[in-house]
Amino acid sequence: MKTKKNILLKVYAALIFIFLYAPIAVLIVFSFNESSSTAQLSGFSLKWYQELFRDSATLSALQNTLVLAVLSSLISGVLGTVSAVGIDSMRNKRLRNMTKSVTNIPLMNPDIVTGISMMLLFVFAGRLLGQSGVLGFPTMLIAHITFCLPYVILSVLPKLRQIDPHLSEAAEDLGCTPLQAFFKVVLPAIMPGVVTGVMMAFTLSLDDFVVSYFVSGPASQTLPIRIFSMTKKRVTPDMYALSTLLFLAILILLILINFAQARGDKKEKKTASKKSSADY
Amino acid sequence: MNQRSSLGKKLLAAPHLVWSALFIIAPLIMVVYYAFTDNTGAFTLENIAAIPRYTDTFVLSIWLGFLATVISLILAYPLAYFISQSKLPVQQTMIMLVMLPMWMNFLLRTYSWMTILEDNGIINTILTAIGLEPLRLINTRGAVVLGMVYDFLPYMILPIYSVMVKLDHSLVEACQDLGGNKWDVFSKVILPNSISGVVSGITMVFVPSVSTFYISQKLGGTSTQLIGDVIERQFMTANNYHLGAALSLVLMVLILICMAVMNHFSDGEIETGRISA
Repeated sequence: MKTKKNILLKVYAALIFIFLYAPIAVLIVFSFNESSSTAQLSGFSLKWYQELFRDSATLSALQNTLVLAVLSSLISGVLGTVSAVGIDSMRNKRLRNMTKSVTNIPLMNPDIVTGISMMLLFVFAGRLLGQSGVLGFPTMLIAHITFCLPYVILSVLPKLRQIDPHLSEAAEDLGCTPLQAFFKVVLPAIMPGVVTGVMMAFTLSLDDFVVSYFVSGPASQTLPIRIFSMTKKRVTPDMYALSTLLFLAILILLILINFAQARGDKKEKKTASKKSSADY
Repeated sequence: MNQRSSLGKKLLAAPHLVWSALFIIAPLIMVVYYAFTDNTGAFTLENIAAIPRYTDTFVLSIWLGFLATVISLILAYPLAYFISQSKLPVQQTMIMLVMLPMWMNFLLRTYSWMTILEDNGIINTILTAIGLEPLRLINTRGAVVLGMVYDFLPYMILPIYSVMVKLDHSLVEACQDLGGNKWDVFSKVILPNSISGVVSGITMVFVPSVSTFYISQKLGGTSTQLIGDVIERQFMTANNYHLGAALSLVLMVLILICMAVMNHFSDGEIETGRISA
């Protein structure tokens, strides 16, 4: 009975994974297609990849996307960590909850509302300053930092709560300045949270289309915006080639992360077992 | 000394507070300001008065978003359960497989469905090849719901899984020891303990589905206009920021109401879940 149920669940899981991956498989297969047909295979060719690499607009969009993701994740990482320490030390419960709810607004709001609200702010500020073309890379950077911040704060806060408050007091008693105590005691303890937050911010920024779409200018395209404008016209397989390359990059990255994590776990286990054997 | 250092620490939140005021609160005030003014900056209720014209669009968006959320929940729940019951290495691999499509740009994922469902796309090519009539798949509401489910399904699976994997298995055993059958185990132990994951999953699928404009543009054609499409048009082509702001304001309020209703119901259940635990 139990095995029968298990087989049923296994088949079900397989079907869902087929559903998740069939469209991606289609993209990959047709990226190597000779003709530009999106339904019939006619022969193997790499010409769509060549076409992609000759497309300077796509390449510069890719560069913009990467620069934007690195900058916004690093800035929101620093700002978010500092803010989390500040929020954590707030003793006034009402003030703390209010700060937290404001922080959560970008998480709860639909992306389109976040996008247009920032666009309106920038356009309005531009009009006050007497400038018309305010939208561009800086406005995108501001928008990305804004929607990344809550993720960093929310992943650092729980780590801060786990720290024994006496630790930094002890460090200060031993002659550390509060700043030294932060860097030597608090920061190493919350580092996993910071790293998770920065990684989340990086992927969110990399993947964002809706918010960027509204706050970007004509000269500052990101890859998702470029994809959007290209898919407006007829379907061409160089977009398939792009998807395939992105898919491979992500796959390799994920496998590397998993590998690193597995090694980290092993190390932890080793030190843990050493510790426990030392205890005996 | 301690007092002073904690005051200094509190000041660390200041940059964030300033940032939030400038780039979270002020933009929302801008939405309200634009919604209630006209081109000259004078106060008007015209934009709000124009909203009832879009009632059908709002209703359709919420209905399709609701359908996509329910279908995602039905698909995701058993899978999340299955993954949480698997062996650890299998679990990690499967979770990676769920996350991988999420990391791929959703525009491209939607776009690939377009090529599958097109009139001369893959499905119809296969159908005609085996001698069947081609189907009308693209530019239908069904295609839009399919696109929503496909794009946002991982956001339903992950939160439910992360709650289920923490479920204490001794609770299931306790329920069985007390004479509970399989249905009791599900309805009294597994379901109540996974409600918090279900609630965040519902939020993460419903909000982007209701407000999407890309999926409806690509898979719904001109026949399926969602509220996201209307808002996008006001800002990108029609240049009527004031009407766009009014529509966004209403969308935001509607979503807040939906969330409040859901939280109201789920709060009670999360409570009972904790008590039974």
